Amino acid sequence: MLRVYSAAGRIVSQKCLCGKVSLRPLQPCHRYSTAGNPGASAGKIVGTGFLLIGGGIGGTFLYAKWDPKFRESVEKSVPYSDKVFEVTLGPAPYAVSLPKKQISSAAEVVNQKAAPAKRKEKPESSVPLATTAEPSLEVASAEAAHIISAASEVPSIPAPGTHDGNGESEGEQKSATQPGEPSTKPKLALPAVKERPPEEVAARLAEQEKAEQEAVASLSAALEEELSSAAHVTLQAIASQEAAVFAINSHSQKLKEAMEDSEVTPEQKSAQWGALEDALKQRSKTVDEAADALLKAKDTLEKLRSFIDGAKNIKAAGAKSHVLVAEESLNRMLVDLDNVVKKVQAAQSEAKIVAQYHELVAVAKEQFQKELDSITPDVHPSWKGLKVSDLAGKLSTDDLNSLIAHAHRRIDQLIKQLAIQRAREQQHVETAVEQQKQEHKNMLDMAVSKALDHYRSEINLEQEKKVEEIREVMEVEMRTQLRRQAAAHTDHLRDVLKVQEMELKVEAEQEFSHKLAELETHYRRMTQEQLDNFTLDMNAAYARLKGMEQAVENHAVAEEKARKAHQLWLSIEALSCILKLASGDSPTEPLDGVVEAIKSSCADNEFTQTLTSAFPEDSLKRGVYSEAALRARFYNVRKLARRVALIDETRNSLYQYFLSYLQSLLLFESQQVKPPAQLSSGDLDTFKLLSYASYCIEHGDLELAAKFLNQLKGEPRRVAQDWLNEARLTLETKQVINILSAYANAVGLGTTQVE
Amino acid sequence: MSEGELSRKWDRCLADSVVKLGAGLGLGIVFSVIFFKRRTWPIAFGSGMGIGMAYSNCQHDFQAPYLLHGKFVKEQ
Repeated sequence: MLRVYSAAGRIVSQKCLCGKVSLRPLQPCHRYSTAGNPGASAGKIVGTGFLLIGGGIGGTFLYAKWDPKFRESVEKSVPYSDKVFEVTLGPAPYAVSLPKKQISSAAEVVNQKAAPAKRKEKPESSVPLATTAEPSLEVASAEAAHIISAASEVPSIPAPGTHDGNGESEGEQKSATQPGEPSTKPKLALPAVKERPPEEVAARLAEQEKAEQEAVASLSAALEEELSSAAHVTLQAIASQEAAVFAINSHSQKLKEAMEDSEVTPEQKSAQWGALEDALKQRSKTVDEAADALLKAKDTLEKLRSFIDGAKNIKAAGAKSHVLVAEESLNRMLVDLDNVVKKVQAAQSEAKIVAQYHELVAVAKEQFQKELDSITPDVHPSWKGLKVSDLAGKLSTDDLNSLIAHAHRRIDQLIKQLAIQRAREQQHVETAVEQQKQEHKNMLDMAVSKALDHYRSEINLEQEKKVEEIREVMEVEMRTQLRRQAAAHTDHLRDVLKVQEMELKVEAEQEFSHKLAELETHYRRMTQEQLDNFTLDMNAAYARLKGMEQAVENHAVAEEKARKAHQLWLSIEALSCILKLASGDSPTEPLDGVVEAIKSSCADNEFTQTLTSAFPEDSLKRGVYSEAALRARFYNVRKLARRVALIDETRNSLYQYFLSYLQSLLLFESQQVKPPAQLSSGDLDTFKLLSYASYCIEHGDLELAAKFLNQLKGEPRRVAQDWLNEARLTLETKQVINILSAYANAVGLGTTQVE
Repeated sequence: MSEGELSRKWDRCLADSVVKLGAGLGLGIVFSVIFFKRRTWPIAFGSGMGIGMAYSNCQHDFQAPYLLHGKFVKEQ
């Protein structure tokens, strides 16, 4: 085995040498590349090598630039090539795998966004519905809004925070939310949508009705006021007109009376004239008053008309009648006024006639007076206005004569005029008739037109009244119809509501149950998970505990083992120490005790037991010699062995002893010869063996030396026997100790706890 | 120890030879004096015998390990 090992060692060393040898020529070539021909050829080789390498690398780069897959494969196979590629070619086109992820992630994001957008849309869609369903004054639309908001309320119930939903629903029931609220919180404002509860609608309706009524009342009051004022004024005007008429009539009457130069006393005449003046004044006054009153009345009537027109625009229901009534009264008043005006005008025309007559008479009188004056110039100018009858006492006879003459003349003239008049009477009458006819026609026209107007206005009034009545009737009917419709609508709504309620209830229940089931499953899952987790944890903890216990036990065991190993090691160390402690030539301490210690320290270890029993008895009892002692002894042995080299079984006389001694003196061999790997038969010579052995000894290989000495034959062998034995003992002990220490080391390593 | 064996043998041998020589010499001298009228031959003889015996002993001692001792077994 030694030979095999040595051979193997030699082969390995030779291999190493060969390997090294193969690399060596490069190094000197590098150094000598610049020098001479061998350098040039080497340079050529180097140059071509560089060219090839550069070409290869460039080709790799180009191809990697063109084909990313190749680039990837190169990057994978060659480390740090990816960095090189990045520097030179730029970052790799990561086109294949990532975009899918990005697209998918984008799709996810889009989906996620779409979901909340959809969810957002729903409330928003319901919001505009709610906004559009803003309660108008109609109850139906309010109810519709109520329904819609109730419908939009449903999804909010399973929303997170049922408390919120409940609070919201309650809130929107209790509080009157305004339409402006949903803009702030689109999702939560779903239930807080603007719809007015019926009470409010009714209240509003009532309010509006009240307002209407109030307006109507106010309108009627105003109308009545106006009417009353107008009536009052009109009455006043009428009264004044009547007064005026009366005054005119009285005046004309008085004038007629005055004009009639009948048998009345001058005092009466003067009284008459005075009364006439009074009457004239009165008439003028009353006429003025009447005109004023008429104006006022006309103004008031105009105002009233305008008011009525304005009032016509009020859509209040009850106002119409009032308006109609007012109009009627207005018309009546107008008619009365017109009549009165007509009367006044007739009176005035009559008065005018009378006045004309009076004028004529006055003119005639003046003329007469003038004539009289011309005739009788020295008449007192103060009696111009006086009556003729008053003059009677103041005139002289001449004057009287002239007067009578004048009177006669005048009479003649008048008779002539009368004749002419009579002659022209027909014409006059015709013209007068014509005139009268004309006038009559005019008057008739006027009257007709007035009557037409009146009639028209009356008809209008009647029409309006009728319209009003019909309208009222229609309204009433419409109201009834509406009521009916409303009733029907309410019924329908009720039904629809019922149906919807049922549906919603069912849906809500479904959802609720669904959610409940979900929550239950979720809860169950959670509890199960918790349980599982808990069990897992418990198991884990238990396992860990067990593991820990096991670990601790193992640790303890390992510690025990380690302790034992340590002990073993210590004892073995003690052994080896003992070996080392062999001082000088004396053997070591007997290994008995220590081996006993070893035996006791690892009583359960078969290996150790076997080994400890493998100790040679002598080593136990007596101890072994150290190597140094053996070495020293060897030289002695060698000397002796050399001296008795020739002695063996056949030659063992004293003479042979002498001869061998002589041989030993005369034979020179080298002290130490390196033993060859394989011994040939020629090597079995004593001296050679001794040289080999001494070489081995010198190089510390006791075993080999012992092996060589074992080859001795004859007396040298007998001489070396003891040494051999000792060497064998030592070697054995050492071997055992080595094994034990190796074992102890192994055990120690094995039991060593790496921290 | 085996390497001391030879030394011991040589010691024994020498001692023996000395003893034997002396004894032989002495006896020779005695014999020569007593019996052989102070001739030298008994001294030489005696010493010679002594040396011889010593030599033989020595040799026998040295040969001892290689001597085979057999027993003669009669054929039955």
